[in-house]
Amino acid sequence: MYVAAGSLVLCAAFFHAAYQGAARNAELETQAALVRDLELTDLCLFTEARYARHPSQADLHSAFQDHPLSMEHFPAGSLIQPQRMMFVPGAP
Amino acid sequence: MWVQKQRNIIDFTISSLNRRKGKNTALVLVYTLVVFLLASVMFFTQALKREASRVLRDAPELVVQRMSAGRHELVPKKYLAVVETIKGVSSVRGRLWGYYYDPVVGANYTIIVSEEAGHAPGDITVGSGVARARAAASSDIFVLRTYDGATIPFQIKNILPSDSELVSSDLIIMSEPDYRRVFGTAAGYFTDITLKVRNAKEVGTVASKIVSLLPDTRPITRREILRTYDSVFDWRGGLVVVILTGAVLAFIIVAWDKASGLSSDEKKEIGILKAVGWETSDVLLMKFWEGTVISLCSFLTGILLAYVHVFFTSAALFAPVLKGWSVLYPEFRLVPFLDPYQLATLFFLSVVPYTVATIVPSWHAATIDPDSVMRS
Repeated sequence: MYVAAGSLVLCAAFFHAAYQGAARNAELETQAALVRDLELTDLCLFTEARYARHPSQADLHSAFQDHPLSMEHFPAGSLIQPQRMMFVPGAP
Repeated sequence: MWVQKQRNIIDFTISSLNRRKGKNTALVLVYTLVVFLLASVMFFTQALKREASRVLRDAPELVVQRMSAGRHELVPKKYLAVVETIKGVSSVRGRLWGYYYDPVVGANYTIIVSEEAGHAPGDITVGSGVARARAAASSDIFVLRTYDGATIPFQIKNILPSDSELVSSDLIIMSEPDYRRVFGTAAGYFTDITLKVRNAKEVGTVASKIVSLLPDTRPITRREILRTYDSVFDWRGGLVVVILTGAVLAFIIVAWDKASGLSSDEKKEIGILKAVGWETSDVLLMKFWEGTVISLCSFLTGILLAYVHVFFTSAALFAPVLKGWSVLYPEFRLVPFLDPYQLATLFFLSVVPYTVATIVPSWHAATIDPDSVMRS
């Protein structure tokens, strides 16, 4: 009984996700328009460090920004991965 | 007949589970927590990546930075003229943007110049996060300190809509003369260059031409920007992998406990069932349904709680981790998205191994003589 009810609610969640995806289209369009007009490049998720605020624009030496032995110390650095090109030279 | 038999076995299984209510409830709670944690991380990163790819698809086609000693350097105007000569480039613009630390609230802002916004000197537009941090409203005066220590009062002309916080929370938009006055950027210099390319297929070629003409520059294509958000929240990296490892280890312990053997009560139960005429296949079927009921209940509850957590409470449990040292944090609600592929992965990683783990020891117990099982 519980499993059947849970499955029904999960189906409802799928419908909710699809409905919200369509209903909030305008909201996403507003954000996309802002990105286009202001020529923005990144999401505003972490404002604690410049390379966390704009990960796509960060230079390749961000981890040693203060001096050569200065290790990464911002919490955002443990959440987000460095870009692929840091590991694989020439990778996009 | 077959359906009736299954129903009877399921009825018996549920009453058997009820007899060990405490143990099974604890098991379901731990199991639900593991699924909840895994699903929350999956839903959050997937929705964020999806939103990033949707919102940033109109990001500049190509950004060109100038590098000096491993750091960004201002780009002189003559670089724009060089880039303009490259075949296939349709327009070139110098961007002006930078970071401003506000000692009043301890927050970092991103200050940008926009020609489209059409600001008169002295007017600014701020993001909702900035307005919230400074408790500012439209038409308020917003004082910024310039590079040489002077203070300039700006008037807030507009506040960007709160539903765009994910991209604009920390923005301050101002006119070019104001920007140069605040940061002391000399005329004829820009933070970086953005350009449009006539044929999207030629972006890579244009980027390599820029590097050969201006070796101290670094081009960043829109594809790279989008790829960045695909990789930065990859489940294989960062804190996500720590959460996943912890959750998976917890689950392995639970499954191992199950698989390593049955309690004497459970063995006795199997012995009695065999003695009253149940066949080994019936016992296995009962254990299969037992594993299925526990794991399906936990899986469904965990998934639904994770959905509510991520999309209705804006991942409230993750917020302290995400905020880190940021004073200014955007308030955003992710657009709900459920990926059947991810759900299937989670299902096969949790429900299937657990169900199998409950059957194996039962098969061992069910194949031994009932008399010796009951006496053990």
